[in-house]
Amino acid sequence: MHDIAVELAPPAPLDPATAAACLTLLDFETPVWLDTAADSDEVRAWLRFHCGCPLAADAGAARFAVLAAPAAMPALACFQLGSEAYPDESATLIAQVASLETGEAVALSGPGIEERRDFRPAGVAEGFWKQRRELEALFPQGVDLVFASGASLAAVPRSTQVRF
Amino acid sequence: MYVAVKGGEKAIEASHSLLDSARRGDPSVPELSTRQISEQLSLAVDRVMAEGSLYDRELAALAIKQAQGDLIEAVFLLRAYRTTLPRLGNSEPIDTGRMAIQRRISATFKDIPGGQILGPTYDYTHRLLDFRLAGEGGSGGEGSAPEEGRGPPPDEAVPRIVDLLGREGLIEEEAASETAEAPPADITREPLRFPADRDARLQALARGDEGFLLALGYSSQRGFSNNHPFAGEIRYGAVAVEIMPEELGFAVEIGEIEVTEVQMVNQFKGSSAAPPQFTRGYGLVFGHQERKAMSMALVDRALRCRELDEAAVAPAQDEEFVLYHSDNVEASGFVQHLKLPHYVDFQSELELLRKLRAEFEAPSAEAAE
Amino acid sequence: MVEDGYNFAYLDEQTKRMIRRAILKAVAIPGYQVPFGSREMPLPFGWGTGGIQVTASIIGPDDTLKVIDQGADDTVNAVSIRKFFARTAGVETTERTEAATIVQTRHRIPETPLGAGQILVYQVPIPEPLRWLEPRETETRKMHALQEYGPMHVRLYEDIAHFGHIATSYDYPVRVNGRYLMRPSPIPKFDNPKMDRSPALQLFGAGREKRIYAIPPHTEVRSLDFDDHPFEVQKWADVCAFCGSGDSFLDEIVTDDRGGRMFVCSDTDYCSRRREAGCTGPAMQAAGPGEA
Repeated sequence: MHDIAVELAPPAPLDPATAAACLTLLDFETPVWLDTAADSDEVRAWLRFHCGCPLAADAGAARFAVLAAPAAMPALACFQLGSEAYPDESATLIAQVASLETGEAVALSGPGIEERRDFRPAGVAEGFWKQRRELEALFPQGVDLVFASGASLAAVPRSTQVRF
Repeated sequence: MYVAVKGGEKAIEASHSLLDSARRGDPSVPELSTRQISEQLSLAVDRVMAEGSLYDRELAALAIKQAQGDLIEAVFLLRAYRTTLPRLGNSEPIDTGRMAIQRRISATFKDIPGGQILGPTYDYTHRLLDFRLAGEGGSGGEGSAPEEGRGPPPDEAVPRIVDLLGREGLIEEEAASETAEAPPADITREPLRFPADRDARLQALARGDEGFLLALGYSSQRGFSNNHPFAGEIRYGAVAVEIMPEELGFAVEIGEIEVTEVQMVNQFKGSSAAPPQFTRGYGLVFGHQERKAMSMALVDRALRCRELDEAAVAPAQDEEFVLYHSDNVEASGFVQHLKLPHYVDFQSELELLRKLRAEFEAPSAEAAE
Repeated sequence: MVEDGYNFAYLDEQTKRMIRRAILKAVAIPGYQVPFGSREMPLPFGWGTGGIQVTASIIGPDDTLKVIDQGADDTVNAVSIRKFFARTAGVETTERTEAATIVQTRHRIPETPLGAGQILVYQVPIPEPLRWLEPRETETRKMHALQEYGPMHVRLYEDIAHFGHIATSYDYPVRVNGRYLMRPSPIPKFDNPKMDRSPALQLFGAGREKRIYAIPPHTEVRSLDFDDHPFEVQKWADVCAFCGSGDSFLDEIVTDDRGGRMFVCSDTDYCSRRREAGCTGPAMQAAGPGEA
């Protein structure tokens, strides 16, 4: 989990951490899909101006997705998972949650994690972790998740095993 | 006793100042100006612009001067500079049918609409060293160029020969790429993927090393692949470059570039799906570079084997082989990286080889006892 | 002093974002080679352009950079690359492994163990571990997709049949996180065990071949071997002539044309730190004090 020390004033409903992830990763080469909560004129204008990114109408066509209300997000399998030959051609989801520390705990292990650690994002969709766990069987295909809240970020790449 | 490779920094500085004086040569000889290079070594400038993928005569001339005339080094300088340039937009396709022609020939028809225009060419010079050029002021060409042999007045469209064949259906239609709606590939931003589409292949060939393409094109004429080409048309001249700014909604001309375009006409037996007809090989290069453009057209045709259902048996037809090895900046870097220290790997091999030798010799030593 | 007229760390911000995206996918799929739009750099392909692009994309003004080639900080190419970043990014540079936040390397992993928060950036000439077995990208890509790694085992086994050993001494293939076969770049196999479960992030950049791959921290990295021929690293009968180290990778120095030679640490930082701490090797003891 990382805190960022950048002063940003993105339009609602984006948190500074969500905005920072967008500014770091998005540009004219990355079609972005916005969930209903994030899809406002202000957010569109802000992303277009600062990132120059095209907006994807369909979740399945996006390289990135910004989810301001992940509790209502579409199924994970709707996003690009990459192919066996090119697993990198898959979506990265930036999910903004109410907190990274007060939700129900899931146990994470795998590359990047020394043994195992608990992770508690609040406000993910019902059955989200179950879907995520099912995708583990498809590795190296999959989606990569960036959780953002306030000024904090945490990433759960597809290689991470989730137990709950 | 032991002199390690210490003091790398000082050695590099010393090397650079030696380079500066080697570049300058005898200071009593006047220094070359980049203007002299761009005016009087214009074909070298053309090559550096083409393989450097950057159309700027002055920068190419500077690169040639800086590289002491080493053209591949000059290409590299231009490419590294190109990396730093932001991309402001994409141009509209150039229209070579509206070229201000300086030279235009066809080997397929004796007379052609718009005429054969020999223009400036070394083709029919006798390759005799001209000692007048060794002295100063004997270069000729000081007078104005003759009016005769010049191209038609600009703005007059000159039809392309292969389009004439096309009207009769004797040559394949130029199939729009499957991804015609998508912008053309750009291998400088997305790495090559195989099988590669023709747009990516043509871009790689246009940037490719002239010597490499020349050898491959030549090989395709000697039976390594099945090319039977005719030079349908070779034209060289200036074309307008236009961009379409979003806010205007119509194209505006931003300048002119000189290009050489070659259309090769190749035999094709036909297949169960297609009647016999001629097929195309295409070459387009910055500046006046017929050898390169013709080689490109030969290799383009050879690489179309998959699409035309021909067996890929020769090096020039092998897409991965051709496209992965045509770039001289990549090739030159990797060949020359062998100059870098490899002490560690060599030490590892030395240790292994000594071990294997010891084991090889040990049993025979035992047997001798 | 930072060079005028160029962006911080040379690359424009769009290129850096593109490379960062590739790095994130590389970290998410350990050992998988992510294609990326490699740019022409002002240093030649084959001389570290992949490593330079990776470093340029992750470096910030607060970073401290160490650059080594063959383990040494003062070899010409290491000097040249360090200078490039000093000029274009104005960052602090160091020779001390533990003081660096980013270590860019060619052909070695430092002897001093790397810690959490450090990033090791490898310069990679040929990223594809199957390349000598199969020159075609279209084929090797399929082999990775299907985990068809049998031919590599066959090749190593043929070595054993022929020589009695696996005759690969550097760029020794590894399996990352039990999935992708990966080329560790031409480091000696001596360094392979340092990759396994390292707390540092390891990034690999191949500029000419336009690929980036990664080993996240705490990730299993296994050198290929067989039950009856377990993987083992090089050992020297000698110790470092300067610092007396018996467990670092030693370079052989030819001292005359009559077979005279001595061995010294390839990791110059490790060696000089040991000497600062009072360790000496045979050459120093023979020369006596006061001479270096």
